[in-house]
Amino acid sequence: MDNLYMPYLMRIERITYEAPGVKTFMLKFVDEADQDKFSYKAGQFGEYSVYGSGESTFCIASSPTRKGYIECTFRQTGKVTNALSGCEEGNIIGFRGPYGNVFPIDEWSGKNLLFIAGGIALPPMRCVIWNALDLRDNFREVTIIYGARTVKDLVYKEELKDWENRKDIKLVTTVDPGGESPDWRGEVGFVPTIVEKIAPSSKNTIAIVCGPPVMIKYTFPVLAKLGFSDDSIFTTLENRMKCGFGKCGRCNVGKVYVCKDGPVFTLAQLKELPDEY
Amino acid sequence: MNIDKRLIRKNSLEKLFDILKQNSKTIYAPFSKNGKITFRTAENFTAILNGYIQTTESSKDITFPRVEKILDFSKSSEGMSVKGIDLQNIPEVVLWGLRPCDAAGIGELSSIFNWDYKDEIYNNRLSRVTVFAFSCNKSDEYCFCTSVGGNPGNTVGSDILFTRLGEEGDFLAEILTDKGQTVVAIAPDLFESSDILQKEKYLADVPVRFNHVEIKEKLDRFFESEEWIKQSLRCLGCGACAYVCPTCACFDIQDEAHGKKGSRVRCWDSCGFSHFTLHTSGHNPRNVQSQRWRQRIMHKFSYMPDRLSVYGCTGCGRCSRACPADMNILEHLISIKEVTV
Repeated sequence: MDNLYMPYLMRIERITYEAPGVKTFMLKFVDEADQDKFSYKAGQFGEYSVYGSGESTFCIASSPTRKGYIECTFRQTGKVTNALSGCEEGNIIGFRGPYGNVFPIDEWSGKNLLFIAGGIALPPMRCVIWNALDLRDNFREVTIIYGARTVKDLVYKEELKDWENRKDIKLVTTVDPGGESPDWRGEVGFVPTIVEKIAPSSKNTIAIVCGPPVMIKYTFPVLAKLGFSDDSIFTTLENRMKCGFGKCGRCNVGKVYVCKDGPVFTLAQLKELPDEY
Repeated sequence: MNIDKRLIRKNSLEKLFDILKQNSKTIYAPFSKNGKITFRTAENFTAILNGYIQTTESSKDITFPRVEKILDFSKSSEGMSVKGIDLQNIPEVVLWGLRPCDAAGIGELSSIFNWDYKDEIYNNRLSRVTVFAFSCNKSDEYCFCTSVGGNPGNTVGSDILFTRLGEEGDFLAEILTDKGQTVVAIAPDLFESSDILQKEKYLADVPVRFNHVEIKEKLDRFFESEEWIKQSLRCLGCGACAYVCPTCACFDIQDEAHGKKGSRVRCWDSCGFSHFTLHTSGHNPRNVQSQRWRQRIMHKFSYMPDRLSVYGCTGCGRCSRACPADMNILEHLISIKEVTV
């Protein structure tokens, strides 16, 4: 019988410093048999644990098209993320998952994709960005609008450079007013303002939006003005979780379990929920 | 369905207890200590408490312990290794003397641990429990089982339901499951055939105060009501209601490490606590106590019926008895019924 709480043991293969307090771990299964059994889809999350410090919830930040490893990106904030931050390459941590629903990327073939992310919310979207880029021919225009408080706070700086250089992606980066550095060449302004300025077409387009609540709050009306329907806007919710599979009672928003029915929701679905997220 | 009904002489209960002990059963039964009635391991029959209306705490910690190891880990030079817990060592338990509302609560708890993912730790414990419930011949003003689909002689959740036939009388034993029949098989002489065996006139009278289906329909339109604030103004957020509840299943997961060895444990938690939903960022989706009180009632009377097809309340009344601020769930549900939206 299976113990639902038993984590896989994962070796930290590589640590990338992304931004102040933010790191990405590339994780490989210690037991290859676990690797063979494991599969996930873009949008799912897991519980990551460090010896003696407990578990913490984040999305899998890598794309399922990249086999043999998973990646997670976290900001050092609480007890577990502090302990994770103290880990070194070669260390072993725990991971259980994948949990939750997925971005319905198969249904997006032939559409334009518009990704809008703020700050540390690019990681939960990175899985689906790379998933789409690895299947680039399935989609039409791909636009990424990404903002952070300051230039230093932008994560995945190397990947942003790659995306900027690619001809088949339109990347727009922005930082909040006052957050620019002398050599900053991107936009300056809050994400909703930049979305309004770029004014991407809503025609045959799926928008995937993830960011801090205030960014989300002001971005949705801009998208509505651009003609996006509530069914064509996707986001991924974060709520505090312990179990990840609908038992611990923590992530409920009304009758919805973010861990089971989410974390991926359309704006139409969000509008049905009480304001408890 | 014909229920197998037997008669147990009043002097035979002790014999049954002894036979179960001889068959290596661990027996949990109610004891009184420091003014509280709790379930503990019973070594001899005479110490078991009788005549109580309700135990202070429910018996849920037999299947869902308040702090329960879910795995062991040890620190290695590279990080950690983990080991599952040995579920085979869980003892065979007879849960003796719980009330029908608690027995009904077992099913509600099980529905939480078994919708979608199956929680094998919980299920393993439950599979080793035989439930001896005792019908209620008296009740108090906190009891409301009849308003949530139960009754003082409800058989749901019991393996054997005992009903005392009069003040000092013998017992009717309703054998309800295979586990119950297993008990009969090891003590067949104690379970006599009989044809009297009507229990209704010996049961407590618990008046119906509301209809839980109507409450659910009302709650579906009640989320924004001011009533939540009014009701919860005196709520301290202490979580006592959740700890005594037979169906509250919310839990936390924590690591307990000492040097190079440690365990991951799951422990009871409560939606009434302000930290329950607090994000690391400081954002809290249920930021004030009225939202947390609303969650408690909505979860039991609206979300669970919608998602799991069961209600999360058996009308045991413990939360009202335990509340240090004298919040009374029965009164609050009645006022939800009566307030216009």
